[in-house]
Amino acid sequence: MGFLDYFRATPKSGKSATLAKERLQILVSHDRLEANSPSYLPKMKEELIEVIRKYVDVDQDAVSVKLEQKGSREMLELNVVLPD
Amino acid sequence: MKGHRSAVIDFDVGLRNLDLIMGCERRVVYDFVNVINGEANLNQALIRDKRSDNLYVLPASQTRDKHALTQEGVGRVLEELSEDFEYVICDSPAGIEHGATMAMYFADDAIVVTNPEVSSVRDSDRMLGILASKSRRAENNEEPIKEYLLLSRYSPERVKEGEMLHVEDVKEILALQLLGVVPESKAVLTASNSGVPVILDKEGDAGKAYMDVVERYLGEDLPHRFIEIQKKKLFGRLFGR
Repeated sequence: MGFLDYFRATPKSGKSATLAKERLQILVSHDRLEANSPSYLPKMKEELIEVIRKYVDVDQDAVSVKLEQKGSREMLELNVVLPD
Repeated sequence: MKGHRSAVIDFDVGLRNLDLIMGCERRVVYDFVNVINGEANLNQALIRDKRSDNLYVLPASQTRDKHALTQEGVGRVLEELSEDFEYVICDSPAGIEHGATMAMYFADDAIVVTNPEVSSVRDSDRMLGILASKSRRAENNEEPIKEYLLLSRYSPERVKEGEMLHVEDVKEILALQLLGVVPESKAVLTASNSGVPVILDKEGDAGKAYMDVVERYLGEDLPHRFIEIQKKKLFGRLFGR
Protein backbone atom coordinates (compact mmCIF):
# COMPACT_ATOMS: atom_id res chain seq x y z
CA MET A 1 0.00 0.00 0.00
CA GLY A 2 1.40 3.34 -1.07
CA PHE A 3 1.86 6.25 1.24
CA LEU A 4 -0.90 8.25 -0.48
CA ASP A 5 -3.47 5.54 0.16
CA TYR A 6 -3.64 6.65 3.75
CA PHE A 7 -5.24 9.87 2.60
CA ARG A 8 -7.85 8.36 0.31
CA ALA A 9 -11.46 8.25 1.33
CA THR A 10 -12.97 4.93 2.34
CA PRO A 11 -12.06 2.40 -0.33
CA LYS A 12 -14.43 0.18 -2.32
CA SER A 13 -15.61 -1.72 0.74
CA GLY A 14 -17.74 1.29 1.66
CA LYS A 15 -20.12 0.42 -1.17
CA SER A 16 -21.29 -2.90 0.19
CA ALA A 17 -24.86 -1.62 0.45
CA THR A 18 -25.11 -1.39 -3.35
CA LEU A 19 -23.87 -4.93 -3.59
CA ALA A 20 -26.43 -6.05 -1.03
CA LYS A 21 -29.24 -4.43 -3.01
CA GLU A 22 -28.17 -6.02 -6.28
CA ARG A 23 -27.81 -9.46 -4.73
CA LEU A 24 -31.19 -9.16 -3.05
CA GLN A 25 -33.01 -8.05 -6.18
CA ILE A 26 -31.76 -11.06 -8.13
CA LEU A 27 -32.37 -13.45 -5.27
CA VAL A 28 -35.85 -12.23 -4.45
CA SER A 29 -37.09 -12.40 -8.04
CA HIS A 30 -35.65 -15.90 -8.30
CA ASP A 31 -37.26 -16.97 -5.01
CA ARG A 32 -40.62 -15.59 -6.10
CA LEU A 33 -40.48 -17.44 -9.40
CA GLU A 34 -39.71 -20.66 -7.61
CA ALA A 35 -42.43 -20.17 -5.03
CA ASN A 36 -44.98 -19.45 -7.76
CA SER A 37 -44.04 -22.38 -9.97
CA PRO A 38 -46.51 -25.26 -10.01
CA SER A 39 -45.89 -28.11 -7.62
CA TYR A 40 -45.74 -30.71 -10.40
CA LEU A 41 -42.69 -29.06 -11.96
CA PRO A 42 -39.91 -31.05 -10.24
CA LYS A 43 -41.64 -34.35 -11.02
CA MET A 44 -42.23 -33.32 -14.62
CA LYS A 45 -38.59 -32.30 -14.97
CA GLU A 46 -37.49 -35.68 -13.75
CA GLU A 47 -39.74 -37.58 -16.14
CA LEU A 48 -38.81 -35.41 -19.12
CA ILE A 49 -35.15 -36.10 -18.51
CA GLU A 50 -35.87 -39.79 -18.26
CA VAL A 51 -37.71 -39.85 -21.60
CA ILE A 52 -34.88 -38.03 -23.36
CA ARG A 53 -32.33 -40.37 -21.87
CA LYS A 54 -34.30 -43.31 -23.21
CA TYR A 55 -33.54 -42.24 -26.77
CA VAL A 56 -30.35 -40.25 -26.52
CA ASP A 57 -27.41 -41.16 -24.38
CA VAL A 58 -26.85 -37.95 -22.44
CA ASP A 59 -25.75 -37.14 -18.93
CA GLN A 60 -28.31 -36.22 -16.31
CA ASP A 61 -26.91 -32.71 -16.09
CA ALA A 62 -26.89 -32.22 -19.88
CA VAL A 63 -30.62 -31.60 -19.72
CA SER A 64 -31.98 -28.46 -18.16
CA VAL A 65 -35.64 -27.58 -17.76
CA LYS A 66 -36.61 -24.03 -16.90
CA LEU A 67 -39.96 -22.38 -16.46
CA GLU A 68 -39.90 -18.70 -17.25
CA GLN A 69 -42.55 -16.09 -16.94
CA LYS A 70 -42.73 -13.02 -19.15
CA GLY A 71 -45.79 -10.98 -18.39
CA SER A 72 -48.79 -13.22 -18.81
CA ARG A 73 -46.87 -15.74 -20.92
CA GLU A 74 -45.29 -18.80 -19.39
CA MET A 75 -42.45 -20.45 -21.20
CA LEU A 76 -41.05 -23.89 -20.59
CA GLU A 77 -37.50 -24.05 -21.79
CA LEU A 78 -35.91 -27.41 -22.44
CA ASN A 79 -32.23 -27.43 -23.16
CA VAL A 80 -30.44 -30.63 -24.14
CA VAL A 81 -26.74 -30.77 -24.83
CA LEU A 82 -26.29 -33.65 -27.30
CA PRO A 83 -23.08 -35.66 -27.18
CA ASP A 84 -20.68 -35.34 -30.14
CA MET B 1 -51.08 3.60 25.36
CA LYS B 2 -53.67 5.05 23.00
CA GLY B 3 -56.53 3.73 25.07
CA HIS B 4 -57.48 0.79 22.88
CA ARG B 5 -58.14 -2.47 24.66
CA SER B 6 -55.40 -4.75 23.36
CA ALA B 7 -54.13 -8.25 23.98
CA VAL B 8 -50.77 -9.55 22.86
CA ILE B 9 -50.13 -13.28 22.40
CA ASP B 10 -46.70 -14.87 22.38
CA PHE B 11 -46.72 -17.53 19.63
CA ASP B 12 -43.15 -18.68 20.21
CA VAL B 13 -44.05 -22.00 21.80
CA GLY B 14 -41.12 -23.54 23.64
CA LEU B 15 -39.19 -20.28 23.75
CA ARG B 16 -41.37 -18.05 25.88
CA ASN B 17 -39.88 -14.57 26.08
CA LEU B 18 -42.52 -11.92 25.60
CA ASP B 19 -43.28 -12.05 29.33
CA LEU B 20 -39.63 -11.28 30.03
CA ILE B 21 -39.58 -8.32 27.66
CA MET B 22 -42.83 -7.01 29.12
CA GLY B 23 -41.53 -7.51 32.66
CA CYS B 24 -44.32 -9.83 33.82
CA GLU B 25 -42.41 -13.14 33.89
CA ARG B 26 -43.08 -13.69 37.58
CA ARG B 27 -46.80 -13.41 37.14
CA VAL B 28 -47.18 -16.22 34.60
CA VAL B 29 -49.46 -18.95 35.94
CA TYR B 30 -51.24 -20.33 32.90
CA ASP B 31 -50.23 -20.06 29.25
CA PHE B 32 -51.63 -20.13 25.71
CA VAL B 33 -51.51 -23.93 25.43
CA ASN B 34 -53.33 -24.32 28.77
CA VAL B 35 -56.13 -22.20 27.37
CA ILE B 36 -56.26 -24.16 24.11
CA ASN B 37 -56.41 -27.45 26.03
CA GLY B 38 -59.12 -26.11 28.32
CA GLU B 39 -56.92 -26.39 31.44
CA ALA B 40 -57.50 -22.72 32.18
CA ASN B 41 -59.82 -20.04 30.90
CA LEU B 42 -58.68 -16.85 29.23
CA ASN B 43 -59.25 -14.66 32.26
CA GLN B 44 -56.95 -16.87 34.33
CA ALA B 45 -54.18 -16.85 31.74
CA LEU B 46 -54.22 -13.21 30.62
CA ILE B 47 -51.77 -11.03 32.54
CA ARG B 48 -52.70 -7.41 32.90
CA ASP B 49 -49.86 -5.00 32.21
CA LYS B 50 -48.87 -2.99 35.28
CA ARG B 51 -48.22 0.20 33.34
CA SER B 52 -51.00 0.19 30.81
CA ASP B 53 -54.55 -0.61 31.95
CA ASN B 54 -55.78 -1.65 28.53
CA LEU B 55 -52.97 -4.09 27.75
CA TYR B 56 -53.00 -7.83 28.47
CA VAL B 57 -50.36 -10.47 27.77
CA LEU B 58 -51.00 -14.12 26.95
CA PRO B 59 -47.70 -15.94 27.47
CA ALA B 60 -46.43 -18.80 25.30
CA SER B 61 -46.11 -22.27 26.69
CA GLN B 62 -42.71 -23.73 27.50
CA THR B 63 -43.68 -27.15 26.17
CA ARG B 64 -41.30 -28.74 23.69
CA ASP B 65 -44.17 -29.99 21.58
CA LYS B 66 -44.40 -27.31 18.94
CA HIS B 67 -47.62 -28.75 17.56
CA ALA B 68 -49.41 -28.00 20.82
CA LEU B 69 -50.94 -25.06 18.98
CA THR B 70 -53.72 -26.50 16.88
CA GLN B 71 -55.29 -24.39 14.19
CA GLU B 72 -58.74 -25.03 15.57
CA GLY B 73 -57.62 -24.16 19.12
CA VAL B 74 -55.87 -20.96 18.08
CA GLY B 75 -58.93 -19.94 16.09
CA ARG B 76 -61.17 -20.52 19.10
CA VAL B 77 -58.99 -18.45 21.45
CA LEU B 78 -58.70 -15.60 18.93
CA GLU B 79 -62.45 -15.62 18.44
CA GLU B 80 -63.00 -15.35 22.18
CA LEU B 81 -60.42 -12.58 22.53
CA SER B 82 -61.92 -10.55 19.70
CA GLU B 83 -65.19 -10.31 21.61
CA ASP B 84 -63.44 -8.46 24.40
CA PHE B 85 -60.52 -6.67 22.73
CA GLU B 86 -60.19 -4.10 19.97
CA TYR B 87 -56.77 -5.30 18.91
CA VAL B 88 -55.26 -8.76 19.26
CA ILE B 89 -51.54 -8.76 18.49
CA CYS B 90 -50.01 -12.09 17.54
CA ASP B 91 -46.29 -11.96 18.21
CA SER B 92 -44.83 -14.39 15.70
CA PRO B 93 -41.57 -16.26 16.19
CA ALA B 94 -38.98 -15.78 13.45
CA GLY B 95 -38.93 -18.35 10.70
CA ILE B 96 -41.66 -20.14 8.78
CA GLU B 97 -42.34 -22.99 11.17
CA HIS B 98 -45.53 -23.99 12.92
CA GLY B 99 -45.64 -21.15 15.45
CA ALA B 100 -45.21 -18.52 12.76
CA THR B 101 -47.79 -20.17 10.52
CA MET B 102 -50.30 -20.17 13.38
CA ALA B 103 -49.57 -16.54 14.26
CA MET B 104 -50.26 -15.33 10.73
CA TYR B 105 -53.08 -17.68 9.67
CA PHE B 106 -55.99 -15.71 11.16
CA ALA B 107 -54.45 -12.25 10.67
CA ASP B 108 -56.19 -9.22 9.17
CA ASP B 109 -53.05 -7.07 9.12
CA ALA B 110 -49.40 -8.08 9.19
CA ILE B 111 -46.43 -6.00 10.28
CA VAL B 112 -43.25 -7.43 8.81
CA VAL B 113 -40.29 -6.51 11.00
CA THR B 114 -37.01 -6.46 9.10
CA ASN B 115 -33.42 -5.44 9.69
CA PRO B 116 -31.51 -3.73 6.87
CA GLU B 117 -29.55 -6.92 6.31
CA VAL B 118 -29.67 -9.32 3.35
CA SER B 119 -30.81 -12.47 5.14
CA SER B 120 -33.52 -10.61 7.03
CA VAL B 121 -34.88 -8.95 3.87
CA ARG B 122 -34.88 -12.21 1.94
CA ASP B 123 -36.70 -14.02 4.75
CA SER B 124 -39.26 -11.25 4.88
CA ASP B 125 -39.96 -11.71 1.20
CA ARG B 126 -40.52 -15.42 1.78
CA MET B 127 -42.84 -14.62 4.65
CA LEU B 128 -44.81 -12.23 2.44
CA GLY B 129 -45.27 -15.05 -0.06
CA ILE B 130 -46.65 -17.26 2.71
CA LEU B 131 -48.94 -14.49 3.96
CA ALA B 132 -50.33 -14.16 0.46
CA SER B 133 -50.95 -17.86 -0.09
CA LYS B 134 -51.35 -19.77 3.20
CA SER B 135 -53.50 -17.54 5.37
CA ARG B 136 -57.18 -17.95 6.11
CA ARG B 137 -57.97 -14.91 4.00
CA ALA B 138 -56.06 -16.40 1.07
CA GLU B 139 -57.68 -19.80 1.45
CA ASN B 140 -61.18 -18.31 1.57
CA ASN B 141 -60.45 -15.96 -1.34
CA GLU B 142 -61.13 -12.97 0.88
CA GLU B 143 -59.45 -9.61 0.70
CA PRO B 144 -55.72 -10.26 1.32
CA ILE B 145 -53.93 -9.46 4.58
CA LYS B 146 -52.78 -5.85 4.75
CA GLU B 147 -48.99 -5.84 4.95
CA TYR B 148 -46.76 -3.20 6.47
CA LEU B 149 -43.01 -2.82 6.78
CA LEU B 150 -41.24 -1.98 10.03
CA LEU B 151 -37.51 -1.51 9.60
CA SER B 152 -35.53 -1.77 12.81
CA ARG B 153 -31.90 -1.31 13.85
CA TYR B 154 -31.44 1.37 11.22
CA SER B 155 -28.31 3.47 11.22
CA PRO B 156 -28.43 6.57 8.99
CA GLU B 157 -24.68 7.08 9.48
CA ARG B 158 -23.87 3.67 8.02
CA VAL B 159 -26.35 4.19 5.19
CA LYS B 160 -24.56 7.40 4.26
CA GLU B 161 -21.25 5.55 4.18
CA GLY B 162 -22.79 2.99 1.83
CA GLU B 163 -22.44 0.26 4.45
CA MET B 164 -26.13 -0.38 5.02
CA LEU B 165 -29.17 -0.83 2.81
CA HIS B 166 -31.22 2.34 2.48
CA VAL B 167 -34.81 2.22 3.73
CA GLU B 168 -35.98 3.05 0.20
CA ASP B 169 -34.10 0.02 -1.15
CA VAL B 170 -35.76 -2.30 1.34
CA LYS B 171 -39.14 -0.77 0.54
CA GLU B 172 -38.54 -1.22 -3.16
CA ILE B 173 -37.40 -4.83 -2.89
CA LEU B 174 -40.29 -5.88 -0.68
CA ALA B 175 -42.84 -3.54 -2.29
CA LEU B 176 -44.42 -2.68 1.06
CA GLN B 177 -45.94 0.33 2.73
CA LEU B 178 -43.53 1.67 5.35
CA LEU B 179 -44.97 1.87 8.84
CA GLY B 180 -41.82 3.15 10.46
CA VAL B 181 -38.07 3.07 10.89
CA VAL B 182 -36.63 2.33 14.33
CA PRO B 183 -33.05 3.51 14.68
CA GLU B 184 -30.35 1.32 16.22
CA SER B 185 -30.39 2.35 19.84
CA LYS B 186 -28.84 1.44 23.15
CA ALA B 187 -32.21 2.06 24.75
CA VAL B 188 -33.54 -1.21 23.29
CA LEU B 189 -31.15 -3.38 25.29
CA THR B 190 -31.65 -1.25 28.37
CA ALA B 191 -35.39 -1.71 27.99
CA SER B 192 -35.19 -5.47 27.66
CA ASN B 193 -32.71 -5.67 30.54
CA SER B 194 -35.21 -4.03 32.81
CA GLY B 195 -38.39 -5.51 31.35
CA VAL B 196 -39.83 -2.15 30.43
CA PRO B 197 -40.99 -1.88 26.78
CA VAL B 198 -38.85 0.63 24.91
CA ILE B 199 -41.92 2.52 23.72
CA LEU B 200 -42.26 3.83 27.28
CA ASP B 201 -38.93 5.59 26.86
CA LYS B 202 -40.46 8.84 25.71
CA GLU B 203 -37.14 10.69 25.41
CA GLY B 204 -35.22 8.17 23.32
CA ASP B 205 -35.29 7.84 19.52
CA ALA B 206 -36.34 4.17 19.54
CA GLY B 207 -39.23 4.87 21.89
CA LYS B 208 -40.43 7.80 19.80
CA ALA B 209 -40.09 5.74 16.63
CA TYR B 210 -42.28 2.97 18.04
CA MET B 211 -44.86 5.51 19.18
CA ASP B 212 -44.92 6.90 15.63
CA VAL B 213 -45.46 3.36 14.34
CA VAL B 214 -48.48 2.94 16.59
CA GLU B 215 -49.96 6.27 15.56
CA ARG B 216 -49.38 5.63 11.87
CA TYR B 217 -50.97 2.21 12.18
CA LEU B 218 -54.01 3.85 13.77
CA GLY B 219 -54.31 6.07 10.74
CA GLU B 220 -52.36 9.22 11.54
CA ASP B 221 -50.27 10.74 8.79
CA LEU B 222 -46.89 11.45 10.34
CA PRO B 223 -43.65 12.24 8.52
CA HIS B 224 -40.97 9.56 8.88
CA ARG B 225 -38.24 10.36 11.37
CA PHE B 226 -34.79 8.94 12.14
CA ILE B 227 -33.99 8.28 8.47
CA GLU B 228 -31.55 11.17 8.18
CA ILE B 229 -28.46 11.71 10.28
CA GLN B 230 -29.34 13.94 13.19
CA LYS B 231 -27.04 16.88 13.53
CA LYS B 232 -25.35 17.15 16.87
CA LYS B 233 -25.62 20.46 18.60
CA LEU B 234 -22.46 22.53 18.87
CA PHE B 235 -21.77 21.33 22.39
CA GLY B 236 -22.31 17.77 21.34
CA ARG B 237 -19.82 18.21 18.54
CA LEU B 238 -17.20 19.74 20.78
CA PHE B 239 -17.47 17.15 23.50
CA GLY B 240 -18.00 13.99 21.49
CA ARG B 241 -21.33 12.37 22.09
